[in-house]
Amino acid sequence: MIYLFDGSLTGLLTAVFEWFERKPGRTYLQLTGIFQPDAFTESFEVINNEDKADRVWKGLQKKLKKDWQRTFYCSYLSEIPEAFNHLFQFAIYIFESEIGAAANYGNDHVVALSKYAKSVEREKHRMEAFIRFQKTGDGMFYTSIDPDFNVLPLISNHFKNRYADQQWVIYDLKRKYGLHYDLNTVEEITINFSDGAKSPNPSPALMDEKEELYAVLWKDYFKSANIVARKNTKLHLQHVPKRYWKYLTEKQLA
Amino acid sequence: MSDRIREKLNILADAAKYDVSCSSSGGTRKNDNKGIGDSHSSGICHTYTEDGRCVSLLKILLTNHCIYDCLFCVSRKSNDIKRAAFTVDEVVDLTMNFYRRNYIEGLFLSSGIFKNADFTMERLLLVCKKLRLEQRYNGYIHLKTIPGASEELIKEAGLYADRMSINLEMPTEAGLKLLAPEKSHADVIKPLEFVQQNIVQFAEDKKLIKHVPKFVPAGQSTQMVIGATPESDKDIMYTANAFYKNFSLKRVYYSGYVPISNDSRMPILGTQPPLLRENRLYQTDWLMRFYGFKVQEILNDANPNLDVDIDPKLSWAIRNMQHFPVDINKADYKMILRIPGIGVMSAKKIVQARKFGKLRIDQLKKIGVAYNRAKHFITCADSPYQIKDYQGTQIKAFIMADSQSKYLKTDNNQLILF
Ligand code: SF4
Repeated sequence: MIYLFDGSLTGLLTAVFEWFERKPGRTYLQLTGIFQPDAFTESFEVINNEDKADRVWKGLQKKLKKDWQRTFYCSYLSEIPEAFNHLFQFAIYIFESEIGAAANYGNDHVVALSKYAKSVEREKHRMEAFIRFQKTGDGMFYTSIDPDFNVLPLISNHFKNRYADQQWVIYDLKRKYGLHYDLNTVEEITINFSDGAKSPNPSPALMDEKEELYAVLWKDYFKSANIVARKNTKLHLQHVPKRYWKYLTEKQLA
Repeated sequence: MSDRIREKLNILADAAKYDVSCSSSGGTRKNDNKGIGDSHSSGICHTYTEDGRCVSLLKILLTNHCIYDCLFCVSRKSNDIKRAAFTVDEVVDLTMNFYRRNYIEGLFLSSGIFKNADFTMERLLLVCKKLRLEQRYNGYIHLKTIPGASEELIKEAGLYADRMSINLEMPTEAGLKLLAPEKSHADVIKPLEFVQQNIVQFAEDKKLIKHVPKFVPAGQSTQMVIGATPESDKDIMYTANAFYKNFSLKRVYYSGYVPISNDSRMPILGTQPPLLRENRLYQTDWLMRFYGFKVQEILNDANPNLDVDIDPKLSWAIRNMQHFPVDINKADYKMILRIPGIGVMSAKKIVQARKFGKLRIDQLKKIGVAYNRAKHFITCADSPYQIKDYQGTQIKAFIMADSQSKYLKTDNNQLILF
């Protein structure tokens, strides 16, 4: 049996609800778009239903400790097609077992989720570390990113708590939405980039007059802090893989 | 204007970089005054230098003018280098602007000693006060305690700093006397002890009174320079152990000496810093702090120095084969932690998972156990039957053959933790 859903969290949770209603035996959860129908496997299209999803989530909350609720959510944010199926199987396993079953690292879905969540948390952590704001002329601190996973929902609080007295925008270019903090709340925004293509950085003309100076000072600092006699490129690359360099002010040529 | 500040930053960041501590962890400050900044309990590395070290703090000296002449230090009086000094406001401005752009977790402020200890400490204190009170800055501050500064100043500084540190510099008194005759470990111990007593006192008060201000909430740390003087690894780690115990230090840092002069009392310019040794010392430090090892088990009169070719956890295991093999499905957590190839995370997962049934090899691999290493020391549900009882030395040979490229290169200076 194959269940098809639209990739939303509501859809995924609804799928779990429907499975328990029907108990169709071994079932695989797939994204509607990817599915290639064939003559041998039966499929079922999940229709999103907020109430059903809500009931499943509440049920999971009863069965899972806080850290596993987060593991579940993070795995979902990975947006990896196989992760969706593991989440689906995991939820079924949890409902069918006694409380505490998430500690069973001998179970494939438990291990899979803890791996997905680890990758997502790592990406979250990297974004918190590697984001570099630029200050615009009107006092806004702006940055754009294109993370491997959908981590904006996870990093929002960190930036809100930390930069409570400055306005900021973090824009996910890949997923085409961003967060804007207006000194009170964080809201989701979308931006129409006029030139159509990716234009991750505002033009220098729009920058605060001191922006350039602090960027230069930071690059200077980065160079000074290095100890040449200890050079270790391999370790450096392990910590800051090349794909993240585009975020880093200190890695841009002068 | 901008040229001058650039020059100062270059000089004073360059002079500060030999202090290897860059941790921004242990902070508990929240941004509850709608100001700016908070601290992340586990710290954040915002970037890494090309030598692979974490950069999380703006690490600078207030000035590199110094009245002392410690031989191991670039800022020593007799060294012919460019000198500079920041104003208090310059440090505040740099910190705030770097912080707002998410370059850093905070400030690590140290200084050469100009005029005298109190004069220097007062300036450092002023920076902290301006940041906290005028800028409403709640980011991380690591402040150097200046040896010889008055207790009033040190105590006041403790109200604004998250972490304070003061460096032992050399692992033994004899080593220190050799390179810095004007200094002694006693100068370090006195303020460490004073700050520690205050940390305890504030914690006591907090139990009785609700609104006690924070006092050095991220605790104290120290640093030893490794390889400038001829101490053994045992000397180094016994000193570290004593300081962890006596002053509840959060961290001891080991900084492989990077030659900066041609004085005959130390390794000369061009000598490679002892990076592998430094790595082994950190591994030992971790074994003491997170793996339940006593320092005497790892280093003692029979083994005064750490093995170069294998890590200290493996060394201990092959010297103590009487404890192995360990049954993964029965042994207690403490013993599982001691198995080479199993880290803290895997050990925790093992004790949770085995409640659901006996663990097999494939499950251990999925959990994250380095099985090729661990297999010599464990049995699990489907361990192959072993007829031969291998000696520790044979096992060492197997493991080294297995991980030739990964562990044996002497220029390998990565911090690989088990
Ligand atoms: S007192 Fe400190 S700054 Fe001055 S020479 Fe000695 S180690 Fe260097």
